[in-house]
Amino acid sequence: MLDAAFLIPAFPLLGFVTILVFGRRLGEPGAGWVATLAMGGSFAASIVTFLGLMAEDKEERRFVQTLWEWVPAGDFSVDVGFLVDPLSITMTLFITGVGALIHLYSIGYMHGDENFSKFFLYLNLFAFSMLMLVLGDNMLLTFLGWEGVGACSYFLISFWFTEEANASAGKKAFVTNRVGDWGFMVAMFLLFTTIGSIEYVDIFGNAGELSENTATAITVLLLVGAAGKSAQFPLYLWLPDAMAGPTPVSALIHAATMVTSGVYLLTRVNPITAEAAGWSLDLIAWVGAGTALFAATIAVAQNDIKKVLAYSTVSQLGYMILAVGIGAYVAAIFHMITHAFFKALLFLGSGSVIHGMHHDQDMRHYGALRKLMPITSATFIIGWLAIAGVPPFSGFWSKDEILAYAYDVNPALWVVGLITALLTAFYMSRQVFMTFYGEYRYADVRPEEIQEIWDNRIAAAEAAVTEAEAGIGAAEEGVTKAEEKLAKAQEKLEQRQAEMADVDQSDEKAVEKATKNLDKAQDGVVKAQESVDEVTASIATAQAEVEAARSNATGVMLAAQAGGDDLEGITEDDLPDAVRERREFHPHESPWQMTLPLVILSGAAIVAGVMNLPFSKDLHFLEKWLEPSLFGNKHKLGLSGGELWVLAIIAVVIGAIGIAAAVAIYLQKRIPAERVELPILARGWRYDESVSDFMGGPGRKGFDFVAWFDANIVDGVVNGTGRLVRSVGGEMRSAQSGLVRSYAALVAIGAVGLIAWFLVRTTF
Amino acid sequence: MHAILAASGPDVPFSVLTTIVVAPIIGALVLLALPSNRPEYFKQIAFLFSGATAGLTAWVMVEFDKNTAAEFQFVDSWTWIESLGISWTLGIDGISLWLVVLTAALFPLAILAIDAEHTPKAYYAWLLVLEAGVMGVFLALDLFAFFVFFEIVLVPMYFLIGQWGHGERAYAATKFFVYTMFGSAFMLVGILATAFLTAAETGNPVSFDLVYLAEEQALATNTARWIFLSFALAFAVKVPLFPVHTWLPDAHTNAPTAGSVILAGVMLKLGTYGFLRFGIYLFPEAAVYFAPVLVGLGTIGIIYGAIAATMQKDLKRLVAYSSVAHLGFIVIGTFALNTEGIEGGLLQMVNHGVSTGALFLLVGWIYDRRHTRLISELGGLQKPAPIFAAAFMVVMLSSIGLPGLNGFVGEFLALLGAFAAYRWWAIVAATGVIIAALYLLWAYQRVFHGPAEGDNAEMKDLTWSEGAILVPFIAAIFFMGLYPKPVLERMEPAVDALIVHVDDNVADFDEATPDILPFWTVDEVNEYQTKKAEEKAAEEGDK
Repeated sequence: MLDAAFLIPAFPLLGFVTILVFGRRLGEPGAGWVATLAMGGSFAASIVTFLGLMAEDKEERRFVQTLWEWVPAGDFSVDVGFLVDPLSITMTLFITGVGALIHLYSIGYMHGDENFSKFFLYLNLFAFSMLMLVLGDNMLLTFLGWEGVGACSYFLISFWFTEEANASAGKKAFVTNRVGDWGFMVAMFLLFTTIGSIEYVDIFGNAGELSENTATAITVLLLVGAAGKSAQFPLYLWLPDAMAGPTPVSALIHAATMVTSGVYLLTRVNPITAEAAGWSLDLIAWVGAGTALFAATIAVAQNDIKKVLAYSTVSQLGYMILAVGIGAYVAAIFHMITHAFFKALLFLGSGSVIHGMHHDQDMRHYGALRKLMPITSATFIIGWLAIAGVPPFSGFWSKDEILAYAYDVNPALWVVGLITALLTAFYMSRQVFMTFYGEYRYADVRPEEIQEIWDNRIAAAEAAVTEAEAGIGAAEEGVTKAEEKLAKAQEKLEQRQAEMADVDQSDEKAVEKATKNLDKAQDGVVKAQESVDEVTASIATAQAEVEAARSNATGVMLAAQAGGDDLEGITEDDLPDAVRERREFHPHESPWQMTLPLVILSGAAIVAGVMNLPFSKDLHFLEKWLEPSLFGNKHKLGLSGGELWVLAIIAVVIGAIGIAAAVAIYLQKRIPAERVELPILARGWRYDESVSDFMGGPGRKGFDFVAWFDANIVDGVVNGTGRLVRSVGGEMRSAQSGLVRSYAALVAIGAVGLIAWFLVRTTF
Repeated sequence: MHAILAASGPDVPFSVLTTIVVAPIIGALVLLALPSNRPEYFKQIAFLFSGATAGLTAWVMVEFDKNTAAEFQFVDSWTWIESLGISWTLGIDGISLWLVVLTAALFPLAILAIDAEHTPKAYYAWLLVLEAGVMGVFLALDLFAFFVFFEIVLVPMYFLIGQWGHGERAYAATKFFVYTMFGSAFMLVGILATAFLTAAETGNPVSFDLVYLAEEQALATNTARWIFLSFALAFAVKVPLFPVHTWLPDAHTNAPTAGSVILAGVMLKLGTYGFLRFGIYLFPEAAVYFAPVLVGLGTIGIIYGAIAATMQKDLKRLVAYSSVAHLGFIVIGTFALNTEGIEGGLLQMVNHGVSTGALFLLVGWIYDRRHTRLISELGGLQKPAPIFAAAFMVVMLSSIGLPGLNGFVGEFLALLGAFAAYRWWAIVAATGVIIAALYLLWAYQRVFHGPAEGDNAEMKDLTWSEGAILVPFIAAIFFMGLYPKPVLERMEPAVDALIVHVDDNVADFDEATPDILPFWTVDEVNEYQTKKAEEKAAEEGDK
């Protein structure tokens, strides 16, 4: 039955080839079903191999299946072969099991995508690479899988490549991972030059011969590799960006499987780390613990439903790395498995929400989806309870085991782990409450929309002020004109009065005329005066208008400030069309292909704890099963049963506090959310932006300098020499390339002549 | 050992290697004889003759005896001028086999893939002359003949760039020609010095026979070092090694597509092959002495070339700079002077020919369609041309060195060998793989991802005939990535013989090999583990 091992990766490879050749003909949903069936077959083969391994004696549970010699060069030789042992088969079981479910889910999720079959092509290729990673019987084959999953991750993150952001995220993931791959590669070099082989069985047998320095160097280099793939500080940067990919990809690659590779690798080479100096193991533990806490703080302030889960994944991977660093390998693998279940569940659940919510990922727009998406919400809640560490859900058992080991090894690590657990319970509760509880907010007018309405109003009020001010200007102009007229009228009056004085009193006719003129002029003056008064009065009116407009504007601004996000003072007509569209929209539950995997995974998330219950040695199934792969290198827990109970109770209380805090803030709203959602956390402690700024700034300038140096200095010397030679050899200047041309022809003729001469002189 | 020149290996019914060199020349003569007004036949005839060469090479590849790969096989040896000790000696061993195969495969494909833009008769004739010259370099076992071929290849390439190139083609062609001639002038002096000084030291008649000169090792240490440097300069320019690489971006950028394919595919290997076949073989002590310098320059080339590639605005120039980085891996592997390193370097020579050759073809096709190579003017091509993009992706990943594809195996072995010999240089060189991912992925993103606008949206996808030309490239990329054993096992005896030769002739040479601890079988590990578990149980029992 063990010979079936090669079928485990062969099925997805077959699926890949089938879709590659017939993909377009298969189309939707055919390609999806082919890929899912391939994963199902792979799962079946894993079970068969698992049973075969179970049937062996405990000491004999290691088996190598060699397919062909891959790279033989001198003393170096590796095969394409599989190492079947408890560790690798444990990995294949959950990879193929969870993988098959996510494939099925994707049939629903990717419905209608124009590159439907291509998606499953990549998905199968990914599964194949992942299985090569865990099954490889040497580090080079693991590395093949390691880079293979990285490439598939790159394809899938940038799956919707027409968006620049997705393309950038894919590139970032690949390049950042390559930094880790550098560590992996150098570790292989070091291993080969010290023990002469990078096959795992040779490592198992020979690791004891390594000097402490070499073992330490290899350990640290592999930690660099693990920090890349398993998204640990300082290389975790790519994982939050990787959320640009379709959600099933996030669930499969960026939560359940690929990102656990680093944990797997460090566990796999435990005979090497056992020889390493203590500080290197402490380094692993602290990188893990530090990352766990760091990422958890960031998760608290994210509003994108997938970003919360991304930082949560980074944090949970930190727990696993911490466990590896303190030698709690079983706990690490245990948490890896339970995490695969509940985090895949949570990601798929978030995908279902996103699918049902018109691809809106902002949790502030959700709320009260519990009734609209009953299956999604029920299963999501199970995932939440599992990750929050609520007994008896699976996450409680695995996280508690890591914390117990941490307490035993170094209480400081335990404290960090405990704070992380508190934050985990808090941010996951926050996510559940914002998404499924509270009020239905999707149709609400959003703060940014209200802001826009107010902005529009303020702009209108300010325009009115400007207009009124223009009115004052017009009125003042009118006054000036009226006064000019008045002055003219008064001049006229004076003229008439002078005429009156000069008039011959005897000439009655003339007197009459002058009197008439005088009266007229007097009338004119009165009229002009009236018009001046009138226009002057209009200034006051205009000023009053300006006053009114100004006070209105101030009122609007005050209202805007006071109103803030409220709808007070906003009428239906002000609302943008988007709001009306959202009112028409009804969130819906997803199709069965999507909900069935949710249900199965939630079942697993509930019961997976039974793999390794702490109550009695007989219940440590996983621990006993993994023993042959760990060579007694696992840390022995030195705690009494009573101490374990106390630790467990503390962990439960801590989790309860986290949930209670979230209830107070997000359900009862007794504390404003701004108190915890600090901007610095939302921006991830500015780490990502600092790195980006460096890369785009000094980093890029440095690269530019090299390019400039090459074009101007290195090549400049060459061209300068060329010019110098030309100017020395006077007439050569005119010849330029012509000279070289005739020279080239000369070489050709010379060569031909030489060959001819040789041929003639040859003595055959 | 290379000691026996008597034809070993399979029985050869005729002088197959000579035919391989002469067939393209005959093709060129046939082309010249044809009337110029029948252009429709030129391409067919060129393909016919390069195809015949490829067929003969395929036969050699199949008949090549891997058990005696350390010895020269299919040897053709005729004395030409007895008085000068010059002979027409051709032979093939594990070191040259794959380079000859690569050359034979690349020329017919390059002829098929690209039509001459004008004056096809001369274009195809020059390509055939070039093929003959390259074959001659890889097969010649006489220093003088080697030099003649080494110089001959410059002429057709000069005219291909100068006549059929783009942009500043006259400048690029001149620079290429003068630069390389400058290097080989020193080599000519070196070759003459080797032959005549050996004759003077030994009292034997003058001979240019490679095997004789290498086995004789008659030169004084210092003399050999100086002569090695004269060879090294010629080869360093050809590779090209930092800092004598600047002819390459200009030549590549302005050359016609077929010229770039051949230039990158096989001509750069004349330098690295020269180092192996002539530099190390003739002057083992000097090679060991100068190895740290060359490994250092190779490492600088890896990082420097990669950084310079990142900032290029012209896609073709970017690929050209990536060649500087890739050839660096070959150099550090070669001068690690251990089996892993040299095999890695050799494999990388072939891999680079395949990957970069295909990359230049694809870039050439983009230029044919879009009439620009500026990255900033391209964008979103994956939407209108998905198959083209997929092919580009596969070739690019091979160039990045993704395991499972060909580029990885060579790069890994070269670095592994270098690590055994020069730990810190190799650690630095390995960071080159990070930058390689950066410049290629960034270029891919800017050219293929994002929205397609304007003419980019109208980009024509890969045609059937273009696809057919790419099939051999892609097949080689996968085959050599997944099953490089047939390639490696045919090199290994020759590589080992070269290392033994170095070891025999250099007093304090210590091949950097790993400490080999016992290899374990699964059963032994199981037993060991059971024993350990029992011991532990006993210990616990004592407590």
